[in-house]
Amino acid sequence: MASIRPFGEILHGWWSLSPFTASLTSYPEAWTDPYYPLSRGLLNSFIVAVPSTIIPLFTGALAGYGFARFSFRIKSYLFLTIVLLMALPQQSVVIPLFQIMANLRLIDNYLSLVLVHSAWGLPWIILFMRNFFSTLPIEVEEAARVDGASDWKIFFKIVLPMALPALASVVVLQFMWVWNDFFLAKIFIYEESMYLATQRIEYVGREQFRVNWGVLSAASIIVMIVPILIYALLQKYYVRGMIGWTVKG
Amino acid sequence: MLFLVVYPILQTVYLSFLSSSGQFVGLSNYSEILGDTDIVNVANFPKWPPLGALVHNAIWILIHLPLSMFSGLALAIILRDVKGASIVKSIIFIGMVTPLIVGGIILQYTFTERFGLVTAFFDLLGVEELSRTWTALPNTALFALIFGSVWLWTGFSMIIYSAGLATIPKEYYEAAKIDGAGPFKTFQRITFPLLRPLNITVITMTILYDLKIFDIVYMATFGGPGKASTVLAFEMWLQGFRYFNPNGAAVIATLLTLLTLVVTIPMIRYMVRR
Repeated sequence: MASIRPFGEILHGWWSLSPFTASLTSYPEAWTDPYYPLSRGLLNSFIVAVPSTIIPLFTGALAGYGFARFSFRIKSYLFLTIVLLMALPQQSVVIPLFQIMANLRLIDNYLSLVLVHSAWGLPWIILFMRNFFSTLPIEVEEAARVDGASDWKIFFKIVLPMALPALASVVVLQFMWVWNDFFLAKIFIYEESMYLATQRIEYVGREQFRVNWGVLSAASIIVMIVPILIYALLQKYYVRGMIGWTVKG
Repeated sequence: MLFLVVYPILQTVYLSFLSSSGQFVGLSNYSEILGDTDIVNVANFPKWPPLGALVHNAIWILIHLPLSMFSGLALAIILRDVKGASIVKSIIFIGMVTPLIVGGIILQYTFTERFGLVTAFFDLLGVEELSRTWTALPNTALFALIFGSVWLWTGFSMIIYSAGLATIPKEYYEAAKIDGAGPFKTFQRITFPLLRPLNITVITMTILYDLKIFDIVYMATFGGPGKASTVLAFEMWLQGFRYFNPNGAAVIATLLTLLTLVVTIPMIRYMVRR
């Protein structure tokens, strides 16, 4: 609300409607902020979020399938470890991670963010996909095996297509988490031109002695709009993912 | 994944026992961080050792957990049979999909003098103390953050409880109605017992969320004024990336890991038992 009105008016609270002038000037101002343009931030966020979603999606689906269908000896322990890892806060690991990435010269490089997000997303994706795969009828796969299909072929040709709704849930949740992340970006990205959208929020609309709430709100809404749109369009998958991720466990 | 998740956890624990020059110093980092009275700085709170951030996290959980649990449960029940409920649910759920950094801004805005809804409300009531900018005053900063986070997280418990409600057969309620049970009795005897299995999920996830909280603190108060609203995750970042004290940060990170394990193990045991 504050984003669509001139700064002078919202000084007295956005709900006081007199005088009321709607204006959209805050949006282009935020979009092309001279120091921290949001346009670039959105682009950067996409550059990070897309691979950070796809990489764990495939490895996680594969591993989840392994957990659901094949038995090996340390499976249950490995599985417990995964559940524990899911619960850990990112703060538990960032100090060594920072040191590793600094040694690899990957600070200020999106590769570090993509790697960490992927590793971080894997546990829950494995768990989620395993739960889903164990609900699929095994007969179909057995029939395919009788017909002489290899494990890989069964996975790609039969199991994955059946798992599309679950994969959609994973994409929605993981993308949103990566997009909304601020902490990891703060740790790994220091070069200002590389700041992600969430990092730019901190600086947009800050003037020397005051905060331009109009521009800041506009910026906030621009950054919010992506996850909200995804949620609005893919609500079914989001909610299903959220519930499957926690309750079914 | 092993390299990027498991190794760093162990390395963090290891680092927490080292001095800045890499010597093994046992627990002295712990006593230094935990005994730092500078960090303990809640205005009307006695200054005693366990790290202020730890106390803040505890207060956070004590207030946030019941509030968001019950508001989520209440919303789920109220909205179950109402027409157009899904729209209301979606609006409430926006809190969950909002980037927390933006959540921090909204929160700051809501609690700013003259700008914000909450402060204006108290201004209207004539409560002068609460019409000031909450996030700038040591007595209120932490509470502004906590109440703000309730809004951001209520959608979670609402969705989980709604899903649980949907699995309760309608016949139960019809039977209760025939037997003459009022709405309160119905809730007490049917709804609540059947939702109980979900409580452990909601409680665990909420506590984990409270322990991890970082973005909104960073954005809305920067842990301040002073250290009046700092929390563990934020303090860890300050130590590690502001004060360049990775060993001190490792201490806090190890504490967080331990707390997380304490919270998660009951849930895992419960899941395994099923």
